[in-house]
Amino acid sequence: MSTPPSMDYAVKTTALGKTYGKGDNVVQALKAVDFEARCGELLMIVGPSGCGKTTLLSVICGTLHYDTGSVSVFGQDLARLSSGKLTAFRGKNVGFVFQQFNLIPTWTALENVTVPMLLNGSSRASAETAASALLKEVGIGDKLNALPSELSGGQQQRVAIARALVHEPRLLICDEPTAALDAASGKKVLQLLKERACRPDRGVIVVTHDSRIFPFADRIAEMEDGQIKAMHGPGECQSLYV
Amino acid sequence: MLRLALKMLFGDRAKYAMLVCGLSFCALLMSQQTSVFCGLLLWTTATVRNIRVPIWVADAKVEQVNEVVTMREVEVQRVRSVPGVDWAVPLFWSILQARLPDGTFQGVQLTGLDSASLVGRPAKMLEGRIEDLQLPNAVIVDQVAIEKFAKRGIRLHVGTVFEINDKEARVVGICETERSFLGQPYVFTTYSRALQYAPLQRKLLSFILVHPKKGTPVPELVHRISTLGGLRAFSSDQFAWDTLIWYVRNTGIPISFGTVVILGIVVGIAIAGQTFYLFVHENMRYLAALKAMGAGFSVLAKMVVLQAFTVGFIGYGLGVGLAALFGNAVLRKGQPPFYMPWQILAFTGVVIILICLFSALVGLIKIARTEAAMVFK
Ligand SMILES: Nc1ncnc2c1ncn2[C@@H]1O[C@H](COP(=O)(O)OP(=O)(O)OP(=O)(O)O)[C@@H](O)[C@H]1O
Ligand SMILES: [Mg+2]
Repeated sequence: MSTPPSMDYAVKTTALGKTYGKGDNVVQALKAVDFEARCGELLMIVGPSGCGKTTLLSVICGTLHYDTGSVSVFGQDLARLSSGKLTAFRGKNVGFVFQQFNLIPTWTALENVTVPMLLNGSSRASAETAASALLKEVGIGDKLNALPSELSGGQQQRVAIARALVHEPRLLICDEPTAALDAASGKKVLQLLKERACRPDRGVIVVTHDSRIFPFADRIAEMEDGQIKAMHGPGECQSLYV
Repeated sequence: MLRLALKMLFGDRAKYAMLVCGLSFCALLMSQQTSVFCGLLLWTTATVRNIRVPIWVADAKVEQVNEVVTMREVEVQRVRSVPGVDWAVPLFWSILQARLPDGTFQGVQLTGLDSASLVGRPAKMLEGRIEDLQLPNAVIVDQVAIEKFAKRGIRLHVGTVFEINDKEARVVGICETERSFLGQPYVFTTYSRALQYAPLQRKLLSFILVHPKKGTPVPELVHRISTLGGLRAFSSDQFAWDTLIWYVRNTGIPISFGTVVILGIVVGIAIAGQTFYLFVHENMRYLAALKAMGAGFSVLAKMVVLQAFTVGFIGYGLGVGLAALFGNAVLRKGQPPFYMPWQILAFTGVVIILICLFSALVGLIKIARTEAAMVFK
């Protein structure tokens, strides 16, 4: 297999290792993981509970320290960044969609979506313009000033997706984006991700248990016990687990 | 982000209310209690301000104005002979029992002024003329006497007659005085008549009131009189301060008020610190999400500090405002004492700031210890 130039990779890890705890309680969550996510694709990471999916995701986006190996995101070795630089790098380049949405309950949909832009130094006015345009795109245009509690789960996840995309990050990280949603809403969320998030210059990684959404993947990484067990290409995703 | 930080705070109504209540309670307790304390201390020196002379001379054993060690009257002559003395007059001051027309008794602060000059006369007459003190058996009473008599159903007015030590006292005027710590009304009369009211004693002179000659500085004269031997002179400021300090040292007043103030601080820290910790704790998911999305520690710190100081500011305003309202109501009634100099406001403010800093610190430590990775949990 020939290696494509590194810049085509959104994320590349080599021999990545991570252990939790000490002594008798040591858990080896990642065991020398070699893994890459490419620009322009929607990559899913699947596997049984406790196999290390969330750990891998946390390390990739720089919210968790790893022990061995290396991670590079768009060619940037994360180990070379100080913690402050890493936070700024994450703020600029990574968008997040969480299982629990994590929308701030006292802020309106619009305000929640402006946050990544505000954190990147945009003015309130420009952040609100971009946020409301994006919310219209994801179909929440009429609920800009609603609080998260006034929205359904599916609508909240749409707001969260808008929040993850508003600052045009190059990497989108989604941890179980459909776990808190019913089947129909889950499908709609994935459709939205597929249509709005996937771009040639952006990597999208979705961790999921939900086999109903496997067909949306371009590739699927199957994890087991801290390792990548298999990679499935575009042809296989339709048939996996369905 | 800071605007959103405030929205985060105000949006959580229950905790916001709790924080503001805790801090305003703390500010109220502290400022109100210290003001009552200061007011009470101020009351102890009321006589100094009611008599209004630059220099007081007393027996060498006297430490404060509410304590009398009687002197022989010749001491007035000795003081007059000190160079730099413009005038020196005797003052009689003692607590005596007055017998009211209904047969009950009331303690009064009988104050005998030098008959010729009436030095030490009340600053403000509400009714009658001070000169009428020269009439037979004449006394002038203050507004406190009217209150006290009224409580027994006696309407005190010019012409009312009561008794002190079986001797008649006829009210010829009503004056306004600053209320004193002892609580008894002031009854003014002349020095010589005061001696007749007083039980017979070998020595009867309470204080000597002195005015320096033009060009003689008060401290200088105070020093000269004090070196006469057997006497102690005070400038009026010094006498007031010595009295305050005497009460702080020799009574339980500071301890009882101090306890309440410390209680206020402890309650404030407990409620505010704990609620704020809870506030941060419950928002930890969201703060961690912000951290994941690129909010550095300094951004989160600014948010938390702003939140802490906002509740601090509002709590302080409410607490001190309530204390001032209380003070206003109380001052109109005359008691309990209340005196709120700016130092009390500053002191309360500093304590509230410290509580806010403490609360913010508790929250910040929690934030610093949290890994952004927890958002995935
Ligand atoms: N903070 C932690 N401390 C100790 N052990 C941990 C911690 N987080 C995860 N683990 C352990 O590491 C292993 C991998 O956990 P991880 O959360 O990555 O699994 P997962 O694949 O995301 O599981 P799930 O599908 O249930 O979310 C598990 O055995 C888990 O118990
Ligand atoms: Mg997980």
